[in-house]
Amino acid sequence: MYSEKVMDHFQNPRNVGEIEDASGVGTVGNAKCGDIMRIFLDIDDETHVIKDCKFKTFGCGAAVATSSMATELVIGKTIEEAMKVTNKAVMEALDGLPPVKVHCSLLAEEAIHAALWDYAQKNHIEIEGLSKPKSDIHEDEEEIEEEY
Amino acid sequence: MNKLIYLDNAATTKTAPEVVDAMLPYFTEYYGNPSSVYDFAAETKAAVTKARHRIAEVLNAKTEEIYFTAGGSEADNWALKAAFEAYKGKGNHIITTKIEHHAILHTCEYLEKVRGAKITYLDVDENGIVRLEDLEKAITPETILISVMFANNEIGSIQPIKEIGMIAREHGILFHTDAVQAFCQLPIDVDECNIDMLSSSAHKINGPKGIGFLYIRKGVKIRSFVHGGAQERKRRAGTENVPGIVGYGVAADRAARTMEERAEKEIELRDYLISRITSEIPYVKLNGDPVKRLPNNVNVSFQFIEGESLLLMLDGCGICGSSGSACTSGSLDPSHVLLAIGLPHEIAHGSLRLSLSEETTKEELDYTVDKLKEIVQNLRNMSPLYEDFIKKQK
Repeated sequence: MYSEKVMDHFQNPRNVGEIEDASGVGTVGNAKCGDIMRIFLDIDDETHVIKDCKFKTFGCGAAVATSSMATELVIGKTIEEAMKVTNKAVMEALDGLPPVKVHCSLLAEEAIHAALWDYAQKNHIEIEGLSKPKSDIHEDEEEIEEEY
Repeated sequence: MNKLIYLDNAATTKTAPEVVDAMLPYFTEYYGNPSSVYDFAAETKAAVTKARHRIAEVLNAKTEEIYFTAGGSEADNWALKAAFEAYKGKGNHIITTKIEHHAILHTCEYLEKVRGAKITYLDVDENGIVRLEDLEKAITPETILISVMFANNEIGSIQPIKEIGMIAREHGILFHTDAVQAFCQLPIDVDECNIDMLSSSAHKINGPKGIGFLYIRKGVKIRSFVHGGAQERKRRAGTENVPGIVGYGVAADRAARTMEERAEKEIELRDYLISRITSEIPYVKLNGDPVKRLPNNVNVSFQFIEGESLLLMLDGCGICGSSGSACTSGSLDPSHVLLAIGLPHEIAHGSLRLSLSEETTKEELDYTVDKLKEIVQNLRNMSPLYEDFIKKQK
């Protein structure tokens, strides 16, 4: 069902945990739909480099793996560079996801953006291309109805 | 432990070796078509009759009341669609429950949307059991069919089938039960329970996949669902799945003979597993009725974690289970059964079903609980819901 990379990041997730006094924290998703991601960022105020990133996730294998991969992809990057870590980039880095799990990678992108948004709010700065995060990742999705 | 620990027997079971042995000659040796006239086909015809007879005996039914199908889902579809078709002159109302298998629920939706049926989906109590007063209240002069499952596939709750059958009979309403999880696991007497139709499937009782039956009481006027031939007393066309039918006969015979002893052993192990999980892991809830429960079913919800990741972690330890989380149902919603017993979405997402077999051992269950304790703690340590909960407690 999952690629080897997804299973590796699920079974040995990187950067699980919290950052005390984090520069920015973002939580997205909801328990109703079965996945919540929380991303913690430690950002250098001078250089805007992400020095550390940690996550906590309630969700399926893909949700854990995309969170883990997203943290790896943003560590060491500047905010501007981190903005380019899209859900597609996370998926590619994991050698793909099953179609029903693509929303997990969107959740990872949203979680990073939510943490950056929190950082920007706290420091009264503007980050190009960043808008207020959606509270629920699933709000645009439609249920597929069975055909008779 | 290096061997596989298979605790998903409600999904399917291992085909018993003696079942396979009984089936094999009907592929290469006695391969004649039971409908043919020559002597060579007599053996296959006799074998089908023997299996039908043995299955009928288990239910206290007549041999000619057993109609073989390709499985439980076909039997459910047939019962509902054909009963609606046959009795719609009398009324268009069907009563079922919110916890049925999708083979019933989706068929009801079809009848509702396409054929103009009116369906009442009965609520269940917190243990997953239908309330008889709700059923009585739902009955109208238009009601033509009541379909309530014998025992639930997810949480194992056993329904008051005898009482439901009595109510149906008093009102002159047809009564169908989906007994896929119950046949040969619980004693069933179709006369005592006033059952008019009953669905079943072989692969749940160590029989082969792809064969099931619909019991149809003599006098119930439902017609053929598959057209094209005179098989199954002209009610289900298609050359008989002879090896499958033979396998089902042997599996039913075997399971019926061992039912009592098996149930006793499984109940003991089931309750041991439930007691270890609920006493050794915090923030856990047993789903379903503690007593009116299938002998092999355990279903628990772990707070703060999600079912699919739990299953993947268990799989990593060689343990097979299943979950009612959204991720395993293929939609955003968790199991309709867990929602029907009133679980909030987030608790339903963290559910785990472990279903035992006659071969399950205490050692396997001990190993499973030991692993489960570690896995649940690891997943909780990773969960933002658990983090928030712990912080609130401080």
